[in-house]
Amino acid sequence: MTELKLDGNAAAGDLEQLFAFEVTTAVGTCANCGAVGAVGDTIVYAHAPGIVVRCPACQSVLLRVAHDGDSRYWLEMTGVRSLEIRV
Amino acid sequence: MAGAAVLGRLKPLTWQLCDVAEVVEETPQAKTLVLDAPDWPGHLAGQHVDIRLTAEDGYQAQRSYSIASAPDEGRLALTVERLPDGEVSPYLTDVLVVGDKLELRGPIGGYFVWNAGQGEPVLLLGGGSGVVPLMAMIRHRRAAGGDAPMRLLYSAKRADDLIYREELEELAARGDGFEAFFTLTREQPEGWHGFGRRVDRELIAEVGWPAADDPVAYVCGPTGFVETVASELVESGLPPHRIKTERFGPTGG
Repeated sequence: MTELKLDGNAAAGDLEQLFAFEVTTAVGTCANCGAVGAVGDTIVYAHAPGIVVRCPACQSVLLRVAHDGDSRYWLEMTGVRSLEIRV
Repeated sequence: MAGAAVLGRLKPLTWQLCDVAEVVEETPQAKTLVLDAPDWPGHLAGQHVDIRLTAEDGYQAQRSYSIASAPDEGRLALTVERLPDGEVSPYLTDVLVVGDKLELRGPIGGYFVWNAGQGEPVLLLGGGSGVVPLMAMIRHRRAAGGDAPMRLLYSAKRADDLIYREELEELAARGDGFEAFFTLTREQPEGWHGFGRRVDRELIAEVGWPAADDPVAYVCGPTGFVETVASELVESGLPPHRIKTERFGPTGG
């Protein structure tokens, strides 16, 4: 499955549809292991019905985004302790 | 400054329609699409766009493609490689013609970007069509008159698969601090002067910068290529925070 593994850059389009900032340089802290890093450096699986973003250090799920293809998005980010954003 | 405008965007991305202004065949498998996007806000070297195709029944497919043109060029060019089982790329490379409309959003990403103002030595490592965002950086360096020493190590299966080969050789021949190295992993033509193996630690040591020069590395390609090359870079003494990576896979097709 390794070839299905992408990175945070692949999730940026959908995330930036929701957030008003450049998301790949935002720095997140993993709620599970405390690792700190840029969203662009995370691991992304985009072939599921939604996008799953995982921590590159401990592999736990940071956040998930699902889209109904129309106007509704679901964003779940219990795996992210905090997100540092520069505008 | 365009770069600041891109990074400091204060409204979400939106989809926009653009016109295909030119189609350039780069290799038997790759084409460059030059797009006329009236509302394009400008971009940074290394950023990408999302392309969305909509079928008559409303079914939509969306993929990310790297921008190949430099921010300084005043045009938006994407290079797309046809993936045999791809859902989007065969349409872009085989069906799309000049005058067609294409829906895109962007520019996206501020992580895998390089600015000509950065002075430290740069090592670019591209696998297959992973060379595309690196090409934007190389073109940006030339267009902006940047003097950061820059080396490209470009790995492909065969000589026929090398995108931008002529332009890269011309840029390297200028002797202005940009150097290009090619390696062909599957088949080398007669008289081939480049490398003929996968990127490993010895190859990186041969073409890369000593860690003491504090270089920055950009790695782009299929996930397997990126993971191997990034770990070889770390083993060769480059700190992880000096290595920027971008992967693509079948969902990029």
